[in-house]
Amino acid sequence: MTMQMTEGAWEHFEHDADIGLRAVAPSRERLFEKMAEALMAVITDPQRVRPARHLSVHCEAPDDAMLLVDWLNALIYEMAVQRMLFGVWQVSLNGHALDARVAGEVVDRARHRPVVEVKGATYTQLSVTQDDAGTWHAQCVVDV
Amino acid sequence: MNVAGIIFADREQILQMDDKVYEQLRNVTQLPGLVGAVYAMPDAHWGYGFPIGGVAAFDAEAGGVVSAGGVGFDISCGVRTLHTGLTATELEPVKTGLADALYQDIPAGVGSQGTICLSDSEMSAMLKGGARWAIGQGYGKAADLERTEERGCIAGANPAEVSDRAKRRQRREMGTLGSGNHYLEVQRVAEVFDAEIATAYGLALDDILVSIHCGSRGLGHQIGTDYLREMLIAAPDLGLRLPDRELACAPINSPLGQRYLGAMRAGMNCALANRQIISYLTRDVFGRLLPAAELEMLYDVSHNICKVEVHVVDGVEKELYVHRKGATRAFGPGNPELESTLRSVGQPVLIGGSMGTGSYVLAGGRESEALALSSACHGAGRSMSRRQARRQYRGRQVIDELAERGIVIRSPSQRGVAEEAPPAYKDVHRVVDVADRAGLAHKVARLEPIICVKG
Repeated sequence: MTMQMTEGAWEHFEHDADIGLRAVAPSRERLFEKMAEALMAVITDPQRVRPARHLSVHCEAPDDAMLLVDWLNALIYEMAVQRMLFGVWQVSLNGHALDARVAGEVVDRARHRPVVEVKGATYTQLSVTQDDAGTWHAQCVVDV
Repeated sequence: MNVAGIIFADREQILQMDDKVYEQLRNVTQLPGLVGAVYAMPDAHWGYGFPIGGVAAFDAEAGGVVSAGGVGFDISCGVRTLHTGLTATELEPVKTGLADALYQDIPAGVGSQGTICLSDSEMSAMLKGGARWAIGQGYGKAADLERTEERGCIAGANPAEVSDRAKRRQRREMGTLGSGNHYLEVQRVAEVFDAEIATAYGLALDDILVSIHCGSRGLGHQIGTDYLREMLIAAPDLGLRLPDRELACAPINSPLGQRYLGAMRAGMNCALANRQIISYLTRDVFGRLLPAAELEMLYDVSHNICKVEVHVVDGVEKELYVHRKGATRAFGPGNPELESTLRSVGQPVLIGGSMGTGSYVLAGGRESEALALSSACHGAGRSMSRRQARRQYRGRQVIDELAERGIVIRSPSQRGVAEEAPPAYKDVHRVVDVADRAGLAHKVARLEPIICVKG
């Protein structure tokens, strides 16, 4: 994972049965956006998703790690019920409350070539931390 | 550790097993109210919370817990296998057309949806009635229930404990396969190991079978999501110290534990109804292309579930809450839960392999009860991560190579096929041999794939 402090970065890490998501970013908000991008990349190339429709997402949790799981699960839920994929995220955080505007479009199987459905975000290997240099790090395993 | 952890594996499997399996098994042994031991089947691999291939039983009266993490997101994922009454020779002329028709009619993969849309009252009836509900709606025949675990409907399901979000997620997902390792396969009986049990199961060399591997779809995923979170937050107040957050659980005799059990059983009924509807769709396709086919049930059994079962532990009969996550119930001969035609030989244990290596039908044996609470493996288990598999294989190449071996693959996603490439899985033959040698279940027949519809 090449770190670009202004942008942040994400990668998938090895897990036997499922898929690990990992991200680094200069801020907590950017970190949550990068994790959303990592989640979407499990399913399709996020660049292929057009921002045709916007949705709002709100989550609250007791800590950052649970908030991350809630955020990813909120996206998984919206993808399932709206039959959408997302390509753009704008996250605002106030303590452990998250408000986001997300944009995407209804799945187009020919264009998006979706690989796999994500069932849920797990608490396995879950972490959200900030290092001494101020960089934020997160990881989470999602069940596919 | 409150109890021992026991791994069923040969030397090579032990050496190849991820250290995370040991860590996860050890974590499970620390949960309260465990009875006997915690077991890992020969296909065990790193999961979330429990290892995949994990079995653990809890006594409610001894403070035992039910764990949403121990069941996982894919509640009651399982395998249903049907006879077709056809032989490989009869199938061969229509193989490609059959593959196309199955792919066309059975929704699979991301973005697919079923033709059934349930109203609120229909959703509740389905969650209470399972495959029985589906048959009442015309999706099959009453005889199917005789060969379905719990006769197609588990008691104690409580749709009121299933969130509106879970119900919304399921509204258009009845009769859909899903994606990942879920599939519908047309298979040939390639080898018979135990002629007597094979005859009792109605299996003979060259017979054509259909196997359906899927679960409770979005509803189960959301029940898992909802209750994992709630159990995790409630744990300190319930006096539970979790060795891993993913082992979120609640005492069986607590309001939260009971609510989860009601919701999880509704999830199981959803999975049973789903496999019943997919069977109906499959019968419809066969009826059009191969009118001579009679698709009759071999068996339907789940491998991600918590069930109340009576087991003998240290000579005493106890009612236990048995969690099997990636492990198959394997009742031996004489078990009263089995219908009369299976009772003398034991329960069919349906083991899914990869697209290229085949599957197995095993039979629960007399020893499996004492060895691992009547449990056996559930599949090959992955040996390679999805990321590693897609770096190493191309979907088109996998499809072409399998086609050369006479196996027709239909899937909406080439990358999905690459991630499911046969070498990404452990050697299912070895897994099954170890299960057989250990006495967890006995080999009856090996099945080779002919058509595989992947989500």
